Amino acid sequence: MGANYPSLPACCVALMPSSEALGTEHCQRQDTGPPVRSPQVIEAEQRSSKRWELTPEGQEIVQEGSHEARVFDSIPAEGLPQSELMKLPSGKVGFSKAMSNKWVRLDKNADGGPRIFRAVESVRDSVREKLQLVQQGEAESLEEKDRNELKKRKLLMEVVIKTYWIRKGSAFSTTVTKQETDLTPEMIASGSWRDLKFKAYNFAALGIMPESGHLHPLLKVRTQFRQIFLEMGFTEMPTNNFIESSFWNFDALFQPQQHPARDQHDTFFLQDPAEATDFPMDYLKRVKKIHSQGGYGSQGYKYDWKLAEARKNILRTHTTAVSARMLYRLAQQKFAPAKYFSIDRVFRNETLDATHLAEFHQIEGVVADYGLTLGDLMGTLREFFTKLGISQLRFKPAYNPYTEPSMEVFSYHQGLQKWVEVGNSGVFRPEMLLPMGLPEGVSVIAWGLSLERPTMIKYGINNIRELVGHKVNLQMVYDGPLCRLDA
Amino acid sequence: MPTVSVKQELLFQALGRRYTDEEFDELCFEFGLELDEITSEKDIISKEQGDGKAEGASDIILYKIDVPANRYDLLCLEGLVRGLQVFKERIKAPRYKRIMPANGDVQRLIITEETAQVRPHAVAAVLRNITFSKDRYDSFIDLQEKLHQNICRKRALVAIGTHDLDTISGPFTYTARPPSEIRFKPLNQSKEYTASEILDLYRTDSQLKHYLHIIENKPLYPVIYDSNGVVLSMPPIINGDHTKISINTRNVFVECTATDITKAKIVLDILVTMFSEYCEKQFIVEAAEVTYLNGKTCIYPELAYRKEKVKPDLINKKIGISETPSSLAKLLTRMCLKSHVTGNGNNIEIEIPPTRADIIHACDIIEDAAIAYGYNNIQMTIPKTYTIANQFPLNKLTELLRQDLAAAGFTEALTFALCSQEDIADKLGVDICSTKAVHIANPKTAEFQVARTSLLPGLLKTIAANKKMPLPLKLFEISDIVVKDSTKDVGARNQRNLCAIYYNKNPGFEFIHGLLDRVMQLLSVPPSKESGYLIKAAEDSAFFPGRCAEILAKGQSIGKLGVLHPDVITKFELTMPCSALEIKIEPFL
Repeated sequence: MGANYPSLPACCVALMPSSEALGTEHCQRQDTGPPVRSPQVIEAEQRSSKRWELTPEGQEIVQEGSHEARVFDSIPAEGLPQSELMKLPSGKVGFSKAMSNKWVRLDKNADGGPRIFRAVESVRDSVREKLQLVQQGEAESLEEKDRNELKKRKLLMEVVIKTYWIRKGSAFSTTVTKQETDLTPEMIASGSWRDLKFKAYNFAALGIMPESGHLHPLLKVRTQFRQIFLEMGFTEMPTNNFIESSFWNFDALFQPQQHPARDQHDTFFLQDPAEATDFPMDYLKRVKKIHSQGGYGSQGYKYDWKLAEARKNILRTHTTAVSARMLYRLAQQKFAPAKYFSIDRVFRNETLDATHLAEFHQIEGVVADYGLTLGDLMGTLREFFTKLGISQLRFKPAYNPYTEPSMEVFSYHQGLQKWVEVGNSGVFRPEMLLPMGLPEGVSVIAWGLSLERPTMIKYGINNIRELVGHKVNLQMVYDGPLCRLDA
Repeated sequence: MPTVSVKQELLFQALGRRYTDEEFDELCFEFGLELDEITSEKDIISKEQGDGKAEGASDIILYKIDVPANRYDLLCLEGLVRGLQVFKERIKAPRYKRIMPANGDVQRLIITEETAQVRPHAVAAVLRNITFSKDRYDSFIDLQEKLHQNICRKRALVAIGTHDLDTISGPFTYTARPPSEIRFKPLNQSKEYTASEILDLYRTDSQLKHYLHIIENKPLYPVIYDSNGVVLSMPPIINGDHTKISINTRNVFVECTATDITKAKIVLDILVTMFSEYCEKQFIVEAAEVTYLNGKTCIYPELAYRKEKVKPDLINKKIGISETPSSLAKLLTRMCLKSHVTGNGNNIEIEIPPTRADIIHACDIIEDAAIAYGYNNIQMTIPKTYTIANQFPLNKLTELLRQDLAAAGFTEALTFALCSQEDIADKLGVDICSTKAVHIANPKTAEFQVARTSLLPGLLKTIAANKKMPLPLKLFEISDIVVKDSTKDVGARNQRNLCAIYYNKNPGFEFIHGLLDRVMQLLSVPPSKESGYLIKAAEDSAFFPGRCAEILAKGQSIGKLGVLHPDVITKFELTMPCSALEIKIEPFL
């Protein structure tokens, strides 16, 4: 189409810079309407060049000589009182420069006050010579350090000149056609769209986010963990009881009454309701016996077990309290294998920091069946963690009051380049299971981990308060991606 | 988990070889320890007090090793080395023995009746002809401290006193006296004090102040005298200066006083088994006789070896391996559990040494076999357990509702279950007594005074923390609140609530009302007086008068909705009008 239009010179109309740059790219979100950009009638290319120029003071020096030379020239043979010299236009600057050049000397003890004398016969005004070179357009012949020195003295300045080179664009035209911004129902009805020109869209801009609500990132992860357990055939435990008795939280798990976890410093005790009132008494007697005297092949802890201690109500410190209730319930029926899981809040009266809060979510899995082995526990953990996208596992011997054997689960973290603990696991002690009435050959394997920790690692969150609680950053919630643990 | 800090150089010397940090870390992992940190005294001081203070401190490399809480035999260098050397089959586990003194002159400790009310038990032993060095002495003191902090439960259950036997003469008397009658020069003090003065003296001592409460309010304080009335110690607070040990001490009298005799015996056994290594007769401990008020006499330390029998088949089956009986016996022997096969290979007899008080059941023995076998050498298997999964109905409903509330344009918050009384009472204009709130007895701060009785305060606080976000803010949460309920065994129960708020320049009651209609639509509950839901005007201090309604469904009141009272908005440090809805969802199961 270009052939029908009068031609512009192949290249170049140089324009001095206008205040507004042309052709800037948009990357902001569009506030209204679709992103439209004019077709390229002309194309503009920005170029820039640098040039050295004299400052007004520099020009004055080319005319009159440098300040120091002017000072030198104004000193007669018999010298000049310093006070008078300072009154000269170039006095102050010129004097110090002339002194440092050792052109002049100062006699502080002269009659009538300090007096300045010439120190040399004649001087060469190299500053003026250099500036003259610049004026003649030969700035490049000066050494870099001289230029910088003169620039520092504000005699020279570097000027950047921006120019735009304009040439015919792909849609070059000398007639002005009004372009349509967008398709309308009328155009469709009339068919006028066939003859119209439409402004191009700017696809570099972002669209307008749909209005929507958002699920909380931690709970999105919870949903995925639930899904994994359900895929593995685990039944969800009713964990909707934050208040628990010490009996179910500790004693039933064979955790002795002097155990540090039962300390005021670690556990929230209740003032009201302070005590639990109702226990399965036969079972409670068996628990008391296993702690204080032993039994079922165990030595027990041999201490004075107190009901008062077991009655104390607390905010549960782990969901294993619920597992204990579930296993006790299981033991009251004809035994059938069971797989249980839960993900719910637990509470610790601990010192708080960037990764610890007084409440967090515990994830727990439990399998009860005849003849389960430690290898079964490890195999189950491997399957579980594979679904989380964690394949490299290793196991470290550990101690838990209610599991034996116990193992901590470590996975290799590619980012941190080290093994990090990802969970804790073990086989419930016979001292916990047999008093419940579970058959002798039944083993119960279990593992637990926190929901917060993998979530923080997954989303690179360093401060737990940004994730959990009211100080959450809602923008983070709005912007959160899908939770795909194995991706 | 207790942490033991040992000098790397001494450790390698005792292990008879050097390890790289990685190699030692690996060895720890395999054995169930954790090399927690590699540091030095200088590092520790500069980290805690700043670089300036660390000037001149030792830069000898220290390994900080985490030890399982039940392994009291690994709480010092001596025990760690012994455990690891036996594990690596470089030495055999030593055999600890108690002997009566050659001259028949056994040290005696007499317990008087008065101790019964305050600290009724005591045990004792003698380490004869021991040779300390600076490092050994430091380790001896450190081990006592570690035992005090762990099994002794900060001296409440057991307190250890060690004395230079050559400065005192038995028999010793363990008694209890009124504080005013006890007078002695405490360890490292320059003059005598009465017991009451001693307590005052240590009230500001960073270490000892934590133990004062154990006896402070008792009428009588426990005290041990020698036959000349010299005070050995006033347990569990402080020893006398007279009997203090030094690196030149040759004969050590060890006493442990306790409220738990089982633990006292364990503590004594651990201390003497660890340090009899440095006695002239290695691993031999001199007995002491303890006479109780009823005339009963016991000889300590017990140093009892117990025998257990476990079937090899059981060990294999519990771990999921198939090792021969003799190889299992060998594995156990590596864990300081000397074992051999008996009864035609049908049984393994295991000897539990006095250092392994943690072995109380066959499962503990099985675990040790698994550790020696190597956890990571065990073949992983998938149990054949067949089960059908079920969701907990309440959680299932919650999951479904969450999705649709987000689809309705509301964003999910996750707020704390614990809060201050003010949050659920004063700020909502109600008296705390009229709530059915559960109260916490030992909160460290006001944030943990009560369990929430409403989700609303948490959502309002979430908005207060996000005031920079563009309006409107539309939030929801479906989670548990806690209320007292005397019909439950623990006297309280959770209740699953759904709460939503709309925060904007206008109250937007119609949006919150619309959300209620949508939730009811999702639950297939029609707006109807008879079988559906309806709202009717109500009063509630949290809501603006005339702008609050009660929600009735399933024949009961399930919650309220309305425009929040300006006082509530102000108290939560908000500035805009706000409407809210809170209902319980259990009736819709």
